[in-house]
Amino acid sequence: MSINKPEAKPAVKPGKPWASTPRERALDLGAILLAAVGSFALVALSELKGKLAYAGVFFVLIIVINFIHNYLSRGIASAKDSVASSFAVAGVLVTLLPITSILYAVFERGKTGLKPNLFTTDMKLNGPNDPIDQGGLLHALTGSGIMVGIALIISLPIGILTAIYLTEIKGFFTRPIKFLVQAMSGVPSIVAGLFILSAIVFPITKTPSGLMGGLALAILMIPTVARTSEEVLLLIPADLREAGIALGGTQWRTISQIVVPAAKSGLITAIILGVARVAGETAPLVLVSGGGDVLNLNPTSGPMGSFPFYIWKAFTFGTTESIARAWAGIFVLLVLIFILFFAARLLGGDRNKK
Amino acid sequence: MSTTAPGAKSANLSTPTPAKREITTKPRFSDKVFRGVATAGGLSSLLLLGLIFVFLAFQGFQVLRSEGLGFITGSNWDVVQDNFGNTDLEASSFGIAAMLIGTVICATIAVIIAVPISVLCALYLTFYAPGFIKRIMVALIDLMAAFPSILFGMWGYFVLMPHAEYWAKLIHKYFEWIPIFKMDVNIFERSPFVAGVVLSTMIIPIVTSISREIFSQTPLDRVQAAYALGATRWAMIKAVVIPYGRSGVVGGAMLGLGRAMGETVAVYTVLNLVYQINWQVLIGAGGNVASMILLKFGEAGPTEIKALMAAGLALFILTLIVNSIANVIVTKTGGKGR
Repeated sequence: MSINKPEAKPAVKPGKPWASTPRERALDLGAILLAAVGSFALVALSELKGKLAYAGVFFVLIIVINFIHNYLSRGIASAKDSVASSFAVAGVLVTLLPITSILYAVFERGKTGLKPNLFTTDMKLNGPNDPIDQGGLLHALTGSGIMVGIALIISLPIGILTAIYLTEIKGFFTRPIKFLVQAMSGVPSIVAGLFILSAIVFPITKTPSGLMGGLALAILMIPTVARTSEEVLLLIPADLREAGIALGGTQWRTISQIVVPAAKSGLITAIILGVARVAGETAPLVLVSGGGDVLNLNPTSGPMGSFPFYIWKAFTFGTTESIARAWAGIFVLLVLIFILFFAARLLGGDRNKK
Repeated sequence: MSTTAPGAKSANLSTPTPAKREITTKPRFSDKVFRGVATAGGLSSLLLLGLIFVFLAFQGFQVLRSEGLGFITGSNWDVVQDNFGNTDLEASSFGIAAMLIGTVICATIAVIIAVPISVLCALYLTFYAPGFIKRIMVALIDLMAAFPSILFGMWGYFVLMPHAEYWAKLIHKYFEWIPIFKMDVNIFERSPFVAGVVLSTMIIPIVTSISREIFSQTPLDRVQAAYALGATRWAMIKAVVIPYGRSGVVGGAMLGLGRAMGETVAVYTVLNLVYQINWQVLIGAGGNVASMILLKFGEAGPTEIKALMAAGLALFILTLIVNSIANVIVTKTGGKGR
């Protein structure tokens, strides 16, 4: 019995035959350069003009160059493939365009309005047309916080109970409820506002208030919370549930003390996503919150300001100063949404990765 | 090691034997309560949707009864007041045909622009993109889906609208022979086309993420079979992915359509509302139910508010139908729906 000693081979780095070689990369770069030069030349020589013309000519040229090159070197199938790739890349670039443009516009136009007074004062003494260093959005910050808080208090139990019904109980209503939750997430935001208006404000309270705003936001928030929680609860392994039942626990104790705690971080993600969903809702708040300009911490009486309403009012006022104010407001709102979003990503981990 | 009878062992210990529990599959009291509460919570979505319908119908009933079918076929919106300053329901006319058709036109334009872009983007992300680009892009697109609509409204008004008007002029110049691109009056500002372009940027994220979800569920064995037969990436997509994902993409497009129809603020800022049915999408005159509600709400009297409630009901039903069909299609194809 001798031990088979493998002969020491010289270490070979595993090759990557699918990776592009330097020559191919140089050719790609050459094609891009050629297309760029060609587009400049064509735009200069012909009647076309404008950025759109450069982009269009460049796109057509790069497709033609790649097509010819691939056709000559590898045949028609490869040439078609190159055209398809060009279109796919173009799709991504066109998608990126609005995102970058929006982020740039908000940053560029919003940064001038970021003064410390923005966070310490309300608009009690100032109109939207006053210089940006007077007045602020304190009332909007607190108002939005209160309304989103109310929405959260209402929608969190309902959303999580819905998710628990869909994942744990699975009764007769599972399919209809799934369908209805999806239908509910498509309810236009203005309809949610009209509903609160018709069901509560007109018959009962007669006046708009922060509470009404919170209720309208809750309607928009429930589907987001329910769907995200459902996805999270589905990821909890069935072993945990079986272990809980096997230890003699009732279903209630198993779910409340094993399944839900195991899904805690995911449920927090659901909350965050729900908050991010409603934080910028404008239309229902214009209808039902009254939109005050003064710091108001009481949700049950008096109009209550909010971020979207602050931006909305400044924007529709339409002067240079007020529009600068609106951009500053949207800058702050977007930063808040960013923070919420990345918190959700960090907590959610690999949930969305496929 | 012999087995010991359970009774013998417990006799050695001084602790008393706990009473035997009943072995049963019958849910205990706590479970019954829990199941009841969870079911009630689950049914709340049904309750809410029902309540929305009932209350909007109740508030809008008066107007709906006096207008009859004219509410959705007429295009006039005239509030006539009698000598006492009250609204005269008989003489007033409320019709939202122009608004409904305008809503559908804007949303359709948005879908026509957004779907090709989104599908190409989803194809790239699923089959072409290297890992890190894919992660960044997916995060960016999800983030874009979370942008508030007022942001799209302001960005659309200040940044996109001038470009969109320029594109409208180009389309008019080269495609005037197509009837919907004809112009009876040369007003390019705030047209349904511009609103459609702004809306398309809003629905690109949702259509992209649904398409991506559907494409990523293409059976791997078929994908690899295609590659093994020597297919290029495009040949594989054409032979495997597109037949598999076609109906899912249609569902995603319809979801985008539903979103676009319900959008309020972003359309309000970039669309000129005119109470007349206008099929020439480049002319600055369009309609949109949600924007009209927002526009009229400020100065509306009690009766007009009721008419707005009825308009809200129409919008609610329209979006509900479109979304439901879309979700059925998407769920059938294996997606999660929205």
